[in-house]
Amino acid sequence: MNKEEYKELTGIIIPKTFKIKKIFIAFLVGGLIGLIGQVLVTIYSNIDSLSKIDSGNLMMVTLIFVSSLLTAFGFFDNLVSKAEAGLIVPITGFSHSTTSSAMEYRKEGLVYGIGANIFKLSGSVILYGTVSACIFGLIRYIIFGG
Amino acid sequence: MTIYYKDAYINETSVTAGPFLIDGPLKEKFDNVYTDFYDKEKTFEDCEVNELVKTINTLLRKGNYNNRDISLLISADLSNQIVISNLAANKLGITYFGIYNACASFCESIILASSLLYNRDDKVICTTSAHNLTSERQFKAPVEYGMPKPEYSTFTASAATACIVSHKKEGVRIESGTIGKVIDLGVKDAFDMGSAMSPAAAYTLNKHLKDTNRDISYYDLILTGDLGLYGKKIFKEFCLKEYGLKINNYNDAACLIYNNKDSRVCAGGSGPSCLPTYVFCEIIPKMKKKKIKRVLLLATGALFSTTSVNQKKSIPCICHAVSLEAI
Repeated sequence: MNKEEYKELTGIIIPKTFKIKKIFIAFLVGGLIGLIGQVLVTIYSNIDSLSKIDSGNLMMVTLIFVSSLLTAFGFFDNLVSKAEAGLIVPITGFSHSTTSSAMEYRKEGLVYGIGANIFKLSGSVILYGTVSACIFGLIRYIIFGG
Repeated sequence: MTIYYKDAYINETSVTAGPFLIDGPLKEKFDNVYTDFYDKEKTFEDCEVNELVKTINTLLRKGNYNNRDISLLISADLSNQIVISNLAANKLGITYFGIYNACASFCESIILASSLLYNRDDKVICTTSAHNLTSERQFKAPVEYGMPKPEYSTFTASAATACIVSHKKEGVRIESGTIGKVIDLGVKDAFDMGSAMSPAAAYTLNKHLKDTNRDISYYDLILTGDLGLYGKKIFKEFCLKEYGLKINNYNDAACLIYNNKDSRVCAGGSGPSCLPTYVFCEIIPKMKKKKIKRVLLLATGALFSTTSVNQKKSIPCICHAVSLEAI
């Protein structure tokens, strides 16, 4: 049996992971996180001294802090295995992946453990987030003139 | 290559099982158990070393031996540079061989031990160790991340197993062993171990039957290590299509060690301890009572690393077979 024939054989038996139910749950959970974020922005912007941008930033800090705390208490990984992309794609996923890496490698010391591994999973988010921000910033500058 | 043994026996066995296994169908049959992944230690690695040492000490106590009576310790696990075995061997002070063939290590250690028995009173301890969370971190993502897994993935069995192999006619007889070869049919998904390992298992089964000139019905049971629910079906299908072998007297240890209703264990167990846990708790006691006479164990291992998978290399797999007989 060659590789192609074998792929055909396993393809029949191995179940497909693409499931409508999972997409639906991810959509609902992701939407819920968005809703919580919007509620937070509304609450913060009612505080007099905060501008709209500041309240947006504060909302992100709150979400990052809460999900990081939930990871530390060991709740978040169970939630992620159920909601999957619904929790991984929003900023909660970024926070969760950073905290979980920090917790995992803390036994290997501050420098070679936490320092070297904290962005193990979220490093690509930072890198490609920055790169795409540059590209889209440039496109915006060219089209709209800044 | 098939090697026959005149007088090699598995005398005593010992199993220490961890979380998930202790909720499974074998829960009453373990020698030691631990209920959380730290078991009062600071790290998962410390816990795994501790469980392995505990298992070997229990084995020595059961056989009424002390460290000096043992000629050799052969140990395998899944950590980087098999450091768990190395640390355990350091604590025990027994002559030591560390081996790695991933989940096929159990049969490899039995074949090695039986071949290395030289003097009449040589006793060799074969151990395997695995810890779900150390291997999870080793091969996948940090533990706390709770990485979503497809339902066909397998769940490393947290257990340490040990047995004594010697010339003493007691327990079950190791009749022969077949050493397999590395086979790769292009599976690249590190979650899909069942598909990756099935061809290796089928090759070794066919090779063993050819070398020994036996029919498949010679064995009361053919038991693979950790193909999982889907791998089991693929294996049967592949044996039929590739080698024309129709196997009915077959089961897979991965599907028998957990409570399969628990969705967290996905398609069943895996790891080097998966097969020996089932064999020591279920098969050997039955063989001692002569309920089963001949069993062929096929331990399958996926020989990949995170680097090779990230570089998009396919997963080479191996399978070794050991034939056990009741005495």
